[in-house]
Amino acid sequence: MNMGEIRIMPKRGEKIATRDAYGDALVRLGERNPNIVVLDADLAKSTKTIKFKKKFPERFFDLGIAEADMMGTAAGLAAAGKVAFASTFAIFATGRAWEQIRNSICYTNLHVTVAASHAGIAVGPDGSSHQSIEDIALMRVIPNMKVVVPADAVETDKAVAALVETPGPAYLRLGRSGVPVIYEEDYEFALGKASVLRDGSDLTIIAIGAMVHAALSAAQALLQEGISARVVNMSTVKPLDRDAILSAVSETGAIVAAEEHSVIGGLGSAVSEVVCELAPAPVIRVGVRDRFGQSGEPGELMAAYGLTASDIVEAAREAVTKKATAK
Amino acid sequence: MPPDEDTIAVLEARAQDVRRDIVQMLAKAKSGHPGGSLSCADIVVALYFHVMRHDPHRPDWPDRDRFLMSKGHCAPTWYSVLARAGYFPMKWLDDLRKLNSPLQGHPDFLKTPGVEMSSGSLGQGLSIANGMALAARLDGRSYRVYVLLGDGEIQEGQVWEAAMTSAHHKLDNLCAIIDNNGLQIDGRTDEVKSLGSIPAKWESFDWNVIEVDGHSMAALLTAFEAARAVKHRPTVIVARTVKGKGVSFMEHVVDYHGVAPTEQECARALAEMS
Repeated sequence: MNMGEIRIMPKRGEKIATRDAYGDALVRLGERNPNIVVLDADLAKSTKTIKFKKKFPERFFDLGIAEADMMGTAAGLAAAGKVAFASTFAIFATGRAWEQIRNSICYTNLHVTVAASHAGIAVGPDGSSHQSIEDIALMRVIPNMKVVVPADAVETDKAVAALVETPGPAYLRLGRSGVPVIYEEDYEFALGKASVLRDGSDLTIIAIGAMVHAALSAAQALLQEGISARVVNMSTVKPLDRDAILSAVSETGAIVAAEEHSVIGGLGSAVSEVVCELAPAPVIRVGVRDRFGQSGEPGELMAAYGLTASDIVEAAREAVTKKATAK
Repeated sequence: MPPDEDTIAVLEARAQDVRRDIVQMLAKAKSGHPGGSLSCADIVVALYFHVMRHDPHRPDWPDRDRFLMSKGHCAPTWYSVLARAGYFPMKWLDDLRKLNSPLQGHPDFLKTPGVEMSSGSLGQGLSIANGMALAARLDGRSYRVYVLLGDGEIQEGQVWEAAMTSAHHKLDNLCAIIDNNGLQIDGRTDEVKSLGSIPAKWESFDWNVIEVDGHSMAALLTAFEAARAVKHRPTVIVARTVKGKGVSFMEHVVDYHGVAPTEQECARALAEMS
């Protein structure tokens, strides 16, 4: 029975975890598209696929604590024409089942979205075994793979819809903790296109996920110091929007890349690759500095690991100084 | 109904043709895996030329039965069978493992018509087969899914994750076949890491288990027929086979797992199989 589409739109500033928005999006899209199937590995309550499970039990498969098997099963369903979403925590999806994602899903170019929650360090008290800071690096290195990191609930909803419509594999990175809603309902999300949230002339802060909101706060603070920062949400880390990066370099001359991920292999690396090759300019990376996380409250951890608005402000000053010295 | 003698004879002759193809392909390619390719030839021939519902002119027919080769290194067998079934020209077999060839060293379903799924990294096929079998159920389609595993391959943990999934969902539209030739690259399976009783393991995972001589065409056909009749349980056919089957100097010899025959060996093998 189709009850019609009921959507409670998130309001700006309201804190919603992207995993929650993901669960809601699956239900919304699942009503329209009977081809969507959802898989989980005994974490449906946490990844929020439970919302889909309740609504469409026949199209939901819990593979138990068996991530490798889940990825393979998703591949089989997709090979038979289904649009599959496979969810678990980011560390288990991209770590435990990396090779299944590589060989069974990406090499075969199947329509499977690995939608992983609890990415980053803000997972909190569970500690380092559950905090994925390597997943973007692990996923973006695989041919055919797309990597999407939504910044808020609105963007998550639109990203899930876009991934349903776009064949081939994708990695969707979701967080556990609530993040403030940034976008209005009329936001137009496009895979592979960065979104400029604020213009500026002295540098560009390129951010993803929870760091986008921090970047906006940083830009506001920098203004007090007379530094004008552009803020770009690079929610598609792969394929990367090179044009947005090249404009950032030509128009602002310096970049800060901010992510809740290791500084090795993630957004900062991806941006640096483009900048080094095509338009050398200072790039300062804000991220986890090659170390493991630990237990703590999400806010405490973000501060302890250098992932706050003030860390971005500091990096921005450094970037602007470097730009000036280089001249 | 037991298969008639003529049918059996035709299939046996096909299997012998496939074995000849395998040896020739590998000699030309100068690399590849003869031992396991030869041991599973009878099984794959039985499936494509008697058991499965499929149409070489419509490789994407939604109601076709699916075959997956989880032990992907035995791709030469699959390629020979697909070519002989009419999925692509026999000429393609000459280019196995060559640059830009549609016949990759391990199966690539984006490149080869009839290849249902890419494989090569062991242990992943049964999970994928489960996904296809679940999709058949969701779509109300009657196709069956067959997946061939090596015996060494079942040392991979994912196989057992998947075995639980098949049984949990009572996938009676799925049939796994284990090419139980007793050898793996580093030696005999019982030397490398003992498999114990393969049938007992699968029985304890709530599978219907059938044991057969994997080189008896009649026994294979009977087993596939029996598997089809079983309801509410997946079936595994444990096929006792001989690695290197059909080539006297390769039979039971572990070194032919992953070493291609030389030109001289190829000639000798073909002479034996003529």
